[in-house]
Amino acid sequence: MKRRLFFPRVALLAGLLLPVLSLPAAAQTQTAAAPVRGGILNVNVAPEPTLLTSAFITTMNIGQVSSKVLEGLVSYDLNLQPVPALATSWQVSEDGLTVRFKLRENVKWHDGKDFTSADVEYTLLNVWKKLHPFGRAAFANVDKVETPDRHTVVLRLSSPAPYLLNYINTYGAQVLPRHIYAGTDVLTNPANNAPVGTGPFVFKEWVKGSHVRLERNPDYWQKGQPYLDGVVFKFIPDAAARTVALEAGEIDVALGSSIPLSNLNRFADKSKYGINLDDGRYLSTIFLTQFNVRRPHFNDKRVRQAFAHAIDRNALLKVVFLGYGKPATGPVPSSVVNYYSPETRQYPYDLKKAEALLDEAGLKKGADGKRLKITLDYDAGGGVSGTRQAEFIKQSLARVGVEVELRAGDTATYLRRIFTDQDYDLMVSSLHRLPDPTLGVQRLFWTRNIIKGAPWTNGSGYSNPELDKVMEAAADEANPAKRKALIKQWQQIVQEDLPVLDLVEQTWVTVSSARFHKATAQGDGLFASYADAWLTPKKK
Amino acid sequence: MRGPRLFGAFIGRRLLRLVPVVLGIAFLNFLILQLAPGDVVDVLAGEAGAATPEYMAALRAQFGLDQPLHGQLLHYLWNVATLDLGFSFRHNTPVLTLILDRLPATLLLMALALLIAVALGIALGTLAAARVHGWLDHLISVVVLVAYAVPSFWLGLMAVVLFSAQWGWFPSGGMVDISAGHAGLARVLDVAWHAVLPACTLATFYLAVYAKLTRTAMLELHGADFIRTARAKGASEWRVTVVHALRNALLPVLTMLGYQMASLLSGAVLVESVFSWPGLGRLAFESILARDFNLLLGILFLSSILVTVINTVIDLFYGLLDPRVSVEGRPA
Repeated sequence: MKRRLFFPRVALLAGLLLPVLSLPAAAQTQTAAAPVRGGILNVNVAPEPTLLTSAFITTMNIGQVSSKVLEGLVSYDLNLQPVPALATSWQVSEDGLTVRFKLRENVKWHDGKDFTSADVEYTLLNVWKKLHPFGRAAFANVDKVETPDRHTVVLRLSSPAPYLLNYINTYGAQVLPRHIYAGTDVLTNPANNAPVGTGPFVFKEWVKGSHVRLERNPDYWQKGQPYLDGVVFKFIPDAAARTVALEAGEIDVALGSSIPLSNLNRFADKSKYGINLDDGRYLSTIFLTQFNVRRPHFNDKRVRQAFAHAIDRNALLKVVFLGYGKPATGPVPSSVVNYYSPETRQYPYDLKKAEALLDEAGLKKGADGKRLKITLDYDAGGGVSGTRQAEFIKQSLARVGVEVELRAGDTATYLRRIFTDQDYDLMVSSLHRLPDPTLGVQRLFWTRNIIKGAPWTNGSGYSNPELDKVMEAAADEANPAKRKALIKQWQQIVQEDLPVLDLVEQTWVTVSSARFHKATAQGDGLFASYADAWLTPKKK
Repeated sequence: MRGPRLFGAFIGRRLLRLVPVVLGIAFLNFLILQLAPGDVVDVLAGEAGAATPEYMAALRAQFGLDQPLHGQLLHYLWNVATLDLGFSFRHNTPVLTLILDRLPATLLLMALALLIAVALGIALGTLAAARVHGWLDHLISVVVLVAYAVPSFWLGLMAVVLFSAQWGWFPSGGMVDISAGHAGLARVLDVAWHAVLPACTLATFYLAVYAKLTRTAMLELHGADFIRTARAKGASEWRVTVVHALRNALLPVLTMLGYQMASLLSGAVLVESVFSWPGLGRLAFESILARDFNLLLGILFLSSILVTVINTVIDLFYGLLDPRVSVEGRPA
């Protein structure tokens, strides 16, 4: 198999399936004021990470902490275009088969050793390509890595990988120090819990169950940065308690929608708080319902289309996501500006049409007004927000005579039922689509990604050879215009067949004190290094 | 003197009896956990975003999850018997280290809560009994009823909202002020300051139970012969209540205390979550969700030892409180 697919996990244990992408008009904490030096920033991340290194794992909360210590080759702006970090420039050859990176000079690891092209070569070949869930796919075509000098890395590809430049930030491809990892078992290296990086902050301590403390890196490559003296990540398992901690000033920033949406109204006062809706653009998360097409009823696409007509996306967005997000129009979210196409079949809320389609499919109403009884699985691992989404769908479907029984399970139970036992009718989930469809979306629909027992593969069991061909062609297409056309065709096929109902493009919400500022807004702000972050001093 | 020797023998006998109990608990824990669907590899792969079936199989082999159930069970029991708690693959750390890091926080919280519950509960109960059917008794009854009925996590949240967010008297969570970096006495005071809300929250339910028990026991003793005798010989009301009646009334409280050690440990899960207290309860809860059974079994095993040992200690206290109860098993 050429390429492994993967699926990032979104519903965190704390149950923060939160929402949404919204208008650029959103309140920004970025200001023009001059940065202030000093101060300790208190950040909340939930739940507590199990490691502090993202180089081989995509768990979001790990990335949120790790990104302050370890860096990637680039970061991404609000349009998800790469911005230099450890790499200062990059070129892709005409034929798409060579990618050349120029690395930043005079960068040191926190233990004083020089950062060089050997570190990138080592991490790419031994960590990203072998162990990282996206990396296995993103770097699959990399045949050879050359390091002509200490600050140049050249990748030789077996076939073009146009998506590659979308996965080289600290979340997708974090650079590890070769001198600490080479010759060890990467997965159990003690540095995973006490990282040594090149980033603006140096790891100091991790008191499990309580906090992680980072201190300023005095030798950071960006002169004058970081502004902050340090960052402390506080782990507060209870969502309501996080809300209070932010109100009480005990934390300054709550990342990754760790404050429940229903509490956001308490942070509406712009003179005291800032709400950032752009930090999670990079993840491009969509809330979806997936059919198990192995079930006879759901093997009929008319039934799937009927369900699409029966669910009012706008109401779902308003009622459950409290407006944080926007209705999804297909498998590629609108934040993936390059490839998003709304010119696909759409399914407006229309109960009559839904009923007609169900009748046509032979699912007539019985004497009790019911056509069909099905189950809906959701991950209730530690939170309640998944419940509300599932209930909304249950009520929607009841209007067209489909009776839904909700089945809650914790994460392990839920994953087993869907991906191992394949014993479910409908499921709901939130999945990151990431900036490139080949890596972020294909896995949902590709026949070769129907893998029993492996989470976040093609769990619907949907298989369409025609679509497979289109997706595989798009993966290897070096010509941007042709690739765009293929991906458009792909969206059209999916919107016709609907093995998955893409319902809401979610927004990740960062809530902060108005004292918190960051010089540059990032599309991958959840994984920002915070070198350019500062705090307005407290008024005495 | 044969006292101390007999006493030692008693302890020895009791400890010996704990061994099969603790092993039995370990055995049951292991079997019950097998019923949970999914394993730690499912969760790891789910969190990682993806994994190949080959990679998952390799992990299962590394963790010993590919062995037949009876093999895993024997292996586990052998480990328990040799006091080897194993390794948490999720945390990449030995189970014992993880537990010992967290144990002091939980023990501190439990001890404080217990102290508050017992002291205040007995005081309130005694007071209520002394003023039976008076307004004070009624007031205490209402307070106790509310404390008994309100779920602790809600109470905790409300305490945080009021005392931290609104008034700013106490911190809303954590065990120390991380940014202050206190040492010595300052640190002790800092921890105490952080412990006020969680300890009081955890204590409320038990406080109610002890207050009720004490009140009832005190009232039952009211007409007892020895109380009348005490009064007759001219003891003051204070002395009658505290020295004569209360000491006897404490027996049922002590019994309840022994019972409740286990539930106190589980009640700590919620309180630790609300107050971000870095204790064992939360670690246990998280390990269930993560199917980190090595860790969970380790915590359960240690808890079972803790509970059985504390119960033994409480049995010893009976003898101190009531000379009729003898550890040596002599008829009174």
